[in-house]
Amino acid sequence: MAYGPNPQVGEEIATHTIAVLVDNEPGVLARVIGLFSGRGYNIESLTVTEVDPAEHLSRITIVTSGTQMILEQIKAQLGRLVPVHRVSDLTREGPHVPRELALVKVVGTGEKRVEALRIADVFRARVVDSSHDHFIFEISGDSGKLNAFTELMGPLGLSDISRTGVVAIARGAEGL
Amino acid sequence: MFFSAESCCKLREPECGPCSAQLERRMNGRDDMSTESAQNTELQNGARLLIQALIEQDVEVVFGYPGGAVLPIYDALFQQNSIRHILVRHEQAAVHAAEGYARSTGKVGCVLVTSGPGATNAVTGLTDALMDSIPIVCLTGQVPTHLIGNDAFQEADTTGITRPCTKHNYLVKDVNELSRQVHEGFYVARNGRPGPVVIDLPKDILQTNGRYTPRAEVKHRTYRPQVKSEPARIREAVKLIAEARRPIVYYGGGVINSGDKATQELRKFVQTTGMPCTSTLMGLGAYPGSDPQFLGMLGMHGTYEANLAMYNCDVMINLGARFDDRVTGKLSEFSPNSQKIHVDIDPSSINKSVMVDLPIIGDVGEALEAMNKAWSENGNSLDQEGLKTWWNQIEEWRARHCLAYLQDGEEIKPQHAIKRLYDLTSDKDVYFSTEVGQHQMWAAQYIKFEAPNRWMTSGGLGTMGYGLPAAMGVQVAHPESLVIDVAGEASILMNIQEMSTLIQHKLPVKVFIVNNQWMGMVRQWQELLHGGRYSESYTDSLPDFVKLAESFGATGIRCTKASELDDAIRRMVETPGPVILDCCVTQNENCFPMIPSGAAHYEMLMGPDDRAAKPISEEGMVLV
Ligand SMILES: Cc1ncc(C[n+]2csc(CCOP(=O)(O)OP(=O)(O)O)c2C)c(N)n1
Ligand SMILES: [Mg+2]
Repeated sequence: MAYGPNPQVGEEIATHTIAVLVDNEPGVLARVIGLFSGRGYNIESLTVTEVDPAEHLSRITIVTSGTQMILEQIKAQLGRLVPVHRVSDLTREGPHVPRELALVKVVGTGEKRVEALRIADVFRARVVDSSHDHFIFEISGDSGKLNAFTELMGPLGLSDISRTGVVAIARGAEGL
Repeated sequence: MFFSAESCCKLREPECGPCSAQLERRMNGRDDMSTESAQNTELQNGARLLIQALIEQDVEVVFGYPGGAVLPIYDALFQQNSIRHILVRHEQAAVHAAEGYARSTGKVGCVLVTSGPGATNAVTGLTDALMDSIPIVCLTGQVPTHLIGNDAFQEADTTGITRPCTKHNYLVKDVNELSRQVHEGFYVARNGRPGPVVIDLPKDILQTNGRYTPRAEVKHRTYRPQVKSEPARIREAVKLIAEARRPIVYYGGGVINSGDKATQELRKFVQTTGMPCTSTLMGLGAYPGSDPQFLGMLGMHGTYEANLAMYNCDVMINLGARFDDRVTGKLSEFSPNSQKIHVDIDPSSINKSVMVDLPIIGDVGEALEAMNKAWSENGNSLDQEGLKTWWNQIEEWRARHCLAYLQDGEEIKPQHAIKRLYDLTSDKDVYFSTEVGQHQMWAAQYIKFEAPNRWMTSGGLGTMGYGLPAAMGVQVAHPESLVIDVAGEASILMNIQEMSTLIQHKLPVKVFIVNNQWMGMVRQWQELLHGGRYSESYTDSLPDFVKLAESFGATGIRCTKASELDDAIRRMVETPGPVILDCCVTQNENCFPMIPSGAAHYEMLMGPDDRAAKPISEEGMVLV
């Protein structure tokens, strides 16, 4: 326990997107999640899947928030996990493309249904399933766009949402 | 490597003829790995592959306890004579013993326990090793692969349970991967910031045949801790130090973990620059304790001069320490006017609680070597005028004699007991371990360690019950040396069963109980923070430690008078075999100096009369 006032008090909280390249071995995700819960860090979003089956590499994308000191700690702690190859703070290291995908179910008939379709069109959401009284939209973009879309769908019969969480990649030619 | 069951007695004691004959054969190289290489292509069962890997990792001794899931390993152990097994009486003790072994030798300690309760009993030890960065490999048995997840008899999710209390862990799922994972496990435990590794071994894997992967063929895919520090940082550090007027070195256990080079380079650095140095609890012995440039331990029960020097310094050089809360006290008032250099092999230690000006990541031995070189190459020296003023100031603080105590009459003061223990053993080849409490702090204050690896104590976790098994591990590694566990009467009861292990394996550990009949450290906090309401801190119904020692087949001595103390200590030291000395001391003595919770370095309490003037803040009350 820190002997003094919480160093977070009065310091600015920032949100960062961190990419972690790990060996895809059993328990690796548990290690990452355990690190966040054990040390009291925030996870706003976490995605993981294998990206290089031949090398058994998985990429984890974490959106987290904290003071500068905490964010540096998070990266150092991630880097310390034995199966971790690389940790990259995409927010810190320059422009990056964050994307999320959502499936949004909207139930309704009449004018509301038409309005839902109109908004979906504006957001470039695709209809992937429909009946006389429902649509399922598929929409991708940054989290802000998805938030705006689901908010607009709220009064139009929004009944179910499934979101992937954020994946992100740095702009430019350089890889992780 | 494997002998028939009849080839030797299974005691593995030095006096066992066949055992020592085989030991000799091994030393003469006739039983070494070269004869094994032929076997590399041969199939062996998992248990034998494991033993072969342990031998290749230079494991001489395993601290363990058998059970159903590890019977194949015990069978393989039975049929070989390269590795000695020390049968403990509780798995927690196996881990602490391995810690003592590791910390006193610089090698990796090895533990073997069964599944379920064997593994869960080891958890305290693993956590202790993680907190103090001790290299341990703990082999745990597991139910057969096809039963994992079925709540089978003696099944526990060992990798799940130990994930947060190990540096890394493995569940072996393929016998052909077993030896590779064992080699990797040792590599991870030993390299970078050392720590405990668990290797979970399902019983079916131990009984299936597979191929061996030699150590040399194993290269870790990801784990490459940075050992060499950046030369530019070293140059910056030297420049910063050269301009200092009130510098101080603050070093910790990392220097000892790093090894002999680090301790030698530390001595060289402190002595060529002429600056003062102070140590954490874990670092004691890295720099000679009786050298005048050493200010004693710092922190909550550190010396007046060390803490004030830390508060007032202008350049602080942290070598292998981690700004632990027991060291810093109130963070916002921690050494407010200093530039801080921090050398650590673990990047996550940098800026964790204290922001530093110049982080240097790498092995502290390498970094110190580079710093020493850069320092002398450029003909650096500290400003002698400034240094002199600084030392004058320090000598003034030192003149307060903050560790003075008054021993008068026949009642033994606990400080006096430990001081005499040190005085009467300081000419010997001696190792100390401790339990946790006031006695631990007094031992840290009054025993002067001139060399590293001679002091085993549970620092980060503060585990009562650590000292006796740790001493056991030290004695296994150093059979001819004097090994003393400085204990409290409460702590010693947490692993007292290990007396039986001492007898069985002829380990002549001496247990020096500073018996104040109280959980003294708890009582001290209750006195200070809870209005003297001594809730449950009196250790009632204590055993008769003399009779207890005798019941195990050890020697028991009791000492109640100051005039008898020296004789009792001498008897303890001179009596062969394990001894418990029950040293009955003043009951209500408190440990000073003390920085109360939440207070700054300059707010030390110097003695019992000092506290009224400095009430504990509410903020401090919530801290541990
Ligand atoms: C396993 C464990 N349980 C509880 C504690 C809390 N604790 C710290 S010191 C202490 C009292 C130790 O008493 P004793 O061994 O007699 O040592 P003394 O302080 O009297 O020298 C206790 C209970 C601990 N450190 N470890
Ligand atoms: Mg006591």
